Amino acid sequence: MIKLQDVNKFFGEHHVLKDINLEVAEGEKLVIIGPSGSGKSTTVRCMNFLEAPTSGHVFIDGEELTQKNKIQLVRQTSAMVFQSFNLYPHKTVLENLTLAPIKLQKLPKEEAIKKARKYLAIVGLSEKENAYPSTLSGGQQQRVAIARALATEKKIILFDEPTSALDPETVQEVLDVMIKLSKENITMVVVTHEMGFARVVADRVIFMDDGRIVEEGKPEHFFENPTEERTKLFLSKILR
Amino acid sequence: MFGEGFLRTIEVAALALMLALVLGIIFGVISTSNNKVMRGIARIYVEFFQNTPLVIQVFFLYNGLAIAGLRLSVFVIGVLGVGIYHGAYVSEVVKTGITSIPEGQVEAAKSQGFTYIQYMRYIILPQTIKIILPPLTNQAVNLIKNTSVLAMISGFDLMYMADSWASSSLDYGPSYVFAGLLYFILCFPLATWARKYEERLKRNDTTRILYDPCEEAVTC
Ligand SMILES: Nc1ncnc2c1ncn2[C@@H]1O[C@H](COP(=O)(O)OP(=O)(O)O)[C@@H](O)[C@H]1O
Ligand SMILES: [Mg+2]
Repeated sequence: MIKLQDVNKFFGEHHVLKDINLEVAEGEKLVIIGPSGSGKSTTVRCMNFLEAPTSGHVFIDGEELTQKNKIQLVRQTSAMVFQSFNLYPHKTVLENLTLAPIKLQKLPKEEAIKKARKYLAIVGLSEKENAYPSTLSGGQQQRVAIARALATEKKIILFDEPTSALDPETVQEVLDVMIKLSKENITMVVVTHEMGFARVVADRVIFMDDGRIVEEGKPEHFFENPTEERTKLFLSKILR
Repeated sequence: MFGEGFLRTIEVAALALMLALVLGIIFGVISTSNNKVMRGIARIYVEFFQNTPLVIQVFFLYNGLAIAGLRLSVFVIGVLGVGIYHGAYVSEVVKTGITSIPEGQVEAAKSQGFTYIQYMRYIILPQTIKIILPPLTNQAVNLIKNTSVLAMISGFDLMYMADSWASSSLDYGPSYVFAGLLYFILCFPLATWARKYEERLKRNDTTRILYDPCEEAVTC
């Protein structure tokens, strides 16, 4: 579904991704962990060309993602959920969900609204459809952001630390929604430090450090017998 | 006579304001784009028109173009001169507004597949307008006052009428006082509204749109 081939990324002199090779299968739930600055966000952002790799190739569904086709291909295949929600503050919750379907996917308005309501129900926020984002709690905003991603009905959803900006008491409501999603055949790539979530949901976990994929395996592997020293050190910090 | 000048001033100001807004939005948007050449063009426009006196620009339109064989009516010169001049200021206002929108908005839009033009139109500019309305209104006030340059080229605007009445009656005081009063009547409400709106924005914190559940729900 997603394939990164020999991907390198420089920001100026700074070598941020080093020969990343990674394949994500259709329907797979991949969790990416690693210390801050290790390149997790950049990796995920290369998957929808929010960042273009300096060298290497990105394939989506067998088609190479390029500057030329990125808008078309991304529009058809992937959605993203951000750490800072990034809801459109001048739009109501419902409008946040219907904007892209109406303007980009050219869905008739009524149909877009119907779909939006369906996904709002899935994230448990039906009663907030006329609210503006700024009136919602962080957890609610993130659930709206997930619903917005769902409403475009893409095969892939990329999550970049979706719970890192949340108050501890609202983290679980967002994770619960994501666990619910994981039952579907959506391809999910999730950057997170929530190892409890990874254990329940992930088909595979990769550990990144200093721009490289250092270790990968099933979630149990990381709990039971991580091989690399760096992985052990990192896990000892987040698992405590 | 003053009534005629007053109307002429309003007409020129209204059309010039529209021109200034169109130019300001276009150049404001391209001055935030990633394209260096486009940004350069916007920069030149802004710097050139902000750093030369409006009077000279209008004289150039009046005399310079006439020499080149292009004769424009005084009315058109007024609209073009004042509109282009203030467009440069509006461009800066628009640019500041756009850059104040968090980067995450663009990222969310891009991740959904919006093109540059589309996200400017549906996501960035609508958020910008709310923030820039007060400085924009102040621009409108300055623009109205600046239409008085038309008097220099016999524009039959309010200032011209005041000039000619003053010189024909040799009674300078009342004529200019009256003209000033008419300008004040146009500008003061705008300026006051802008100040009030800005105070309200500040009170509510610029990023917050207050939500009134009864506003849209038919049931309450
Ligand atoms: N737009 C950017 N410009 C310059 N440096 C960046 C940019 N984005 C990320 N970086 C740098 O790249 C490195 C990896 O960043 P990132 O992928 O965000 O890491 P992570 O998500 O694992 O914390 C960091 O050192 C960060 O400072
Ligand atoms: Mg990150």
